[in-house]
Amino acid sequence: MPTLYQQFMQSMMPILPEAIVIIVALTVLVFDFFIEKERKSLLGWYSLAGIVIAAYASYTLMPMGGTFFGGTFHLDPFATFFNFVFYIACGLGILVSINYLEVEDIHRGEYYALMLFATSGMMFMASAGDLILLYLGLELMALSIYILAGFMRGSNRSNEAAIKYLILGAFSSGIMLYGMSLLYGLAGTTNLSGILAFLRVADLSNPIIFLAMIMLTVSFGFKVAAAPFHMWVPDVYEGAPTSVTAFMSAGPKVAGFAVLLRVFLYTFEPLREHSTAILAGLAVLTMAVGNVMALSQTNIKRMLAYSSIAHAGYALVGLAAGGPDGAASVMLYVLIYAFMNMGAFGVVIMLRKAGERGEEISDFAGLGKTNKTAAFLMLIFMFSLTGIPPLAGFIGKFYIFKSAVEAGLVWLAVAGVLFSAISAYFYLRVIMVMYMHEPKESIELSSAPSLALALAISVTAVIVIGIYPTDLLNYARASIAGIM
Amino acid sequence: MLELKLNQLDFPLLSLFIFLPVLGAFLLLFIKNAMAARWVALVVSIIELGLCVPLLLNFDSSMAHMQFGESIPWIAAWNINYRLGVDGISILFVVLAALLTVISIMVSWTAIQDRVREFMIAMLFLEAAMIGVFVSLDLFLFYIFWEAMLIPMYLLIGIWGGPNRLYAAIKFFLYTLVGSVLMLIAIIAVYFAAGHTFDVLALMNYKFSHTFQMWAFAAFFVAFAVKVPMFPVHTWLPDAHVEAPTAGSIILAGILIKMGAYGFLRFSLPFFPDAALAWTPAIMVLSVIAIIYGAYMAFAQTDFKKLIAYSSVSHMGFVTLGIFALNLQGLEGGILQMLNHGVSTGALFLAVGIIYERTHTRQIADYGGIAARVPVYATFLMIVTFSSIGLPGTNGFIGEFTILLGAFLHYKPYAVIASLGIILGAGYMLWLYQRVAFGKITNAHNEHLADMNAREVVAALPLVILVFFIGLYPNAAFGVIHASVENLVQHVNAKMASAPAVTQMLSTVIGN
Repeated sequence: MPTLYQQFMQSMMPILPEAIVIIVALTVLVFDFFIEKERKSLLGWYSLAGIVIAAYASYTLMPMGGTFFGGTFHLDPFATFFNFVFYIACGLGILVSINYLEVEDIHRGEYYALMLFATSGMMFMASAGDLILLYLGLELMALSIYILAGFMRGSNRSNEAAIKYLILGAFSSGIMLYGMSLLYGLAGTTNLSGILAFLRVADLSNPIIFLAMIMLTVSFGFKVAAAPFHMWVPDVYEGAPTSVTAFMSAGPKVAGFAVLLRVFLYTFEPLREHSTAILAGLAVLTMAVGNVMALSQTNIKRMLAYSSIAHAGYALVGLAAGGPDGAASVMLYVLIYAFMNMGAFGVVIMLRKAGERGEEISDFAGLGKTNKTAAFLMLIFMFSLTGIPPLAGFIGKFYIFKSAVEAGLVWLAVAGVLFSAISAYFYLRVIMVMYMHEPKESIELSSAPSLALALAISVTAVIVIGIYPTDLLNYARASIAGIM
Repeated sequence: MLELKLNQLDFPLLSLFIFLPVLGAFLLLFIKNAMAARWVALVVSIIELGLCVPLLLNFDSSMAHMQFGESIPWIAAWNINYRLGVDGISILFVVLAALLTVISIMVSWTAIQDRVREFMIAMLFLEAAMIGVFVSLDLFLFYIFWEAMLIPMYLLIGIWGGPNRLYAAIKFFLYTLVGSVLMLIAIIAVYFAAGHTFDVLALMNYKFSHTFQMWAFAAFFVAFAVKVPMFPVHTWLPDAHVEAPTAGSIILAGILIKMGAYGFLRFSLPFFPDAALAWTPAIMVLSVIAIIYGAYMAFAQTDFKKLIAYSSVSHMGFVTLGIFALNLQGLEGGILQMLNHGVSTGALFLAVGIIYERTHTRQIADYGGIAARVPVYATFLMIVTFSSIGLPGTNGFIGEFTILLGAFLHYKPYAVIASLGIILGAGYMLWLYQRVAFGKITNAHNEHLADMNAREVVAALPLVILVFFIGLYPNAAFGVIHASVENLVQHVNAKMASAPAVTQMLSTVIGN
C-alpha cells in the first residue's frame, strides 16, 4: 500500500519537467540574495543546468503518456516535442544573455527566474488539454515576458516596449477569453476533447461557432505575430533587451504554434474547411507584410522582427495545409527556426558593446574582415533564414511547401516560395554589408564562453539538420500522434 | 529503357568528385598563408581533374545507361536517395567543370590578392556543387546542388568583383532564385503526381497528364531559362559577367549557364515531352530572338567583357534552338555547342582577364595595336575569336553547323534567320579583334605591355588544344554523347501522346 506521499508523487510525475523548471526558478530568486553582483552569471549557469535536468526528465517520461489532472493535462509526444523546443529556446536564450546582461549592466537574478517562469508557461500551453490551463500557461508566459521586455529600467525604449506589449497583450487576452467563453457557452465544457465531441455533432452553420474560432485565431495570431496582428512586433523587438528579443522570437511564438496546432488540427477538426481558408489568408498576408516590410529596415533588430513575422507566415502555410504532414512540417520548422534565429540574435549580441549600439545593419560593415568567425556564422544564419540548401532553413521550408502542395494548396506554396525569394534581398544585404563594405572602424566584439557555446550549438544544428534531417524529421512525424 | 547501371569500378568515384573539393575547402580553413592556400586549391583541383581519367576510361559510350551509379537512402521519410550517375549527356560537363576550375584557380593566382583563402574555399565549394548538379539522379539532391551553387557564386561576384559588384551580385542571386523556387514547387508537384518519388529515372518513365505537363514544364522552364539565359530574362548575365572576377566569369560562362540547357535535356524533355512539343514554337522564337538580339547588342558594346557576355546570349540561343529542334542532329549539336561555348567563351574571359590584370581597363577603346607588343597573347586571342565565330577547323563550326542542320530539318525559317546570327557573330568578333589587336598603338600605356607568362600559357593551352581537337575530330565528343542522345530522342518520341507528324519526322531522322 503506497503512502499518501507516494501517491502524491506518483500523481505529480507527469508534470515533473514543469515542476523542475518552476522549482529552479523559485530557487534562483532565493539564491539571488546571496550572490554578489559580479557573480550573477552563476545563476545563469544554474538555470541552464535546471533546463538540462528538465529536458532529461522529459526524456525519461517519453514512454509514459496519457491525460492527467481530469483531462486538463496531456503528456503526449506532441507536447514533449514542443517542450524540447522550449528547452532549446530557453537554454540558448540563457546562454546569449549571460554576457549581454553584463554589458548592459542589468545583471539581476530575477531575469533568469522570469525566463524559467515563461518557459514553464509555454510548457503548460503545449500540454494543455483544457482552455483554462491553456490560458493560465499563456498568461504565465506573457506576464513574465512583459517584465523581461522592460528589463532595462533606465531605457525609455525598453519601457515603451514593455508597456506596448502589455497593453496589446492584455487586449488580445481579452479577445481570447471572449472566444473561450463563447465556446464554453456552446459546448458546456472547457475541455478540448469535449469541445471536439460537441463540434462533431453540432450544427456548424451556427455563426457563434465561427465567432469563437475567429476570436481564438485573432488572439493566437497576436502571439505568433501574424499579420494583421503584428503591429506590436517591430517596436517591442527593437526596444526590448536583445537577449529578450532573441528569446521572444523563438519561445512564445513556438508556444503559440503549439496551441494553434492542437486547437485547429484537433479541436476544430470539424471546422477544417473554414479554418483552412482563414489560415491560408493569414499566411499570405503575414508573409507579405513580414518580407516586404523587412526590405526597408536599417536596424537589424527591426529587420529580424519583420523576418520573424515572415517566418510565422511560412509556419501558417503548414498549419493551413493541415494533416499529419502539415502538423509535422510546422513542428520541424519552428524547431529549425529556433536554432537559426537564436544564432542570428547571438551574433547581434556579439556586436553589442557598452557605449556603442551595434544594432544598425551598417554597424556590421566590414565584419568579414575584422572578425571572420562572427561574420561567417552570420552568413550561415542568413542563408539558412533565406532557405538556401544545404542548410536547415531549406529543409524546414521544403517540408512546409511540400505539405501545402500535398494538401492541394499549390497557390499558397507558390506565394510562399516567391516571398521567400524576396526575403533573400534583405538577408543578403547583411552579408553584403559584412563582406563587401569596408569596415568603418575596428569593431571590438564582446565574446564570452556562454555566447560562443550558444553560437556553436546553433550553427552545428543548422548545418547538421540541413544535411541529415532524417532522424529529426521522423521524430517530428512520430510526435503528432497526440493531436491526430 | 534508362536504368542505373551498377558502378563498374566498385568505387564511389562520383562521390569522390563531389567530396574531394569539399575536403579541400575544409583543409583550407586551417591554412593561413595565402600562397599555401593557392597551392592547396590548385593541387586539389588538379587531383579532381585527374579523376576524370578513370571516369573517361571506364565510361562505356556504347550504351545509354547511367553509369558509375551510386544509390543510398538519405531521407527515407520522403523517399529521397543520394543517387548519382553519369551518362553521355552529363559526363563531358563533369570533365569541363573540373578543367575550368583548374584554369580559374591558375588565372586567379596573382589577380586575387585579397582574402585568398576565402576565395579558394568558394571556388572549391562551387566546383563540388557544379559537379553535383551534373551527376545527381534524384530531383531533391539536384535541387540542393543547384541552389547551393548560388552561395559561392554570389560571394565570388560580390566580394572579389568590380566596382558595381553589389548590384550585379544581388541581381544574379535574385534572378536565379526566383526562377529556382518555382521549379521547387514543380519538383514537389512532380513528386506527388508520380507517386512519391524524386528518382529521375523513374520519373522519366512516368507519363504525366497533359495539363500537368504544361504547368510543370512552364515552372521548370522559368528556372532553366533564367540560367541559360534566354531572352528576355538574360539581363542579369551582362551585369554579372562584367563585375565578376575573371575566375567567376569563366565558371559562369563555362559551366553555370550550361546548367539551364542541361536541365532541359535531363528533366524537361524526358519528363514532359508533350509540353515540350507544345512549347516548342515559342521557345524557337525566343531562341532566334536571343541569337539576333544578343549579336546586335554585342555590336554596340564598348566594354570587352560585356561584348562577350552578349555574345554568350547569342550563342546560347543556338543551344536552345538545337535542343528544341527535338531531333538527333539538333540535340547533339546543342550539347556539343554547350561544350564549345564553355571552352571558347571560357577562353575569351581568360583572355580578357589576362589583359585586364595588366591594364586594369576593359574598355575596347583603350586597346589597339597590341598585337605588336604581345604576339603570344594576340595569337591566343585570335584562336579563341575564330573558335567563337565558328570558323571551320575549330570547335565552334561543328556545333553551329549541326544545330542548324537539326533546326533546318524541322523549322526552316528559324534556321535561316539563326544563320544570320553566325554572320553577325563573325562581324562583332572580328571587329573586336581588329580594334584590340591591330592598327597603331593608341594608348601609351600599352607600349610596355608584358606578354603572357608561363603560368598563363599553361592555363590557356588546354583550351586551345580543345578548340582544335573538337574542331578537327568532333567524333571524339559525338561518340561519347551519341548513345545517350539517341536514347533520349527515342524516349521522348515514344512518350509523345499525339504528335504523328513529329513522330514520323523523328523516326526518319533516327532511321538515317
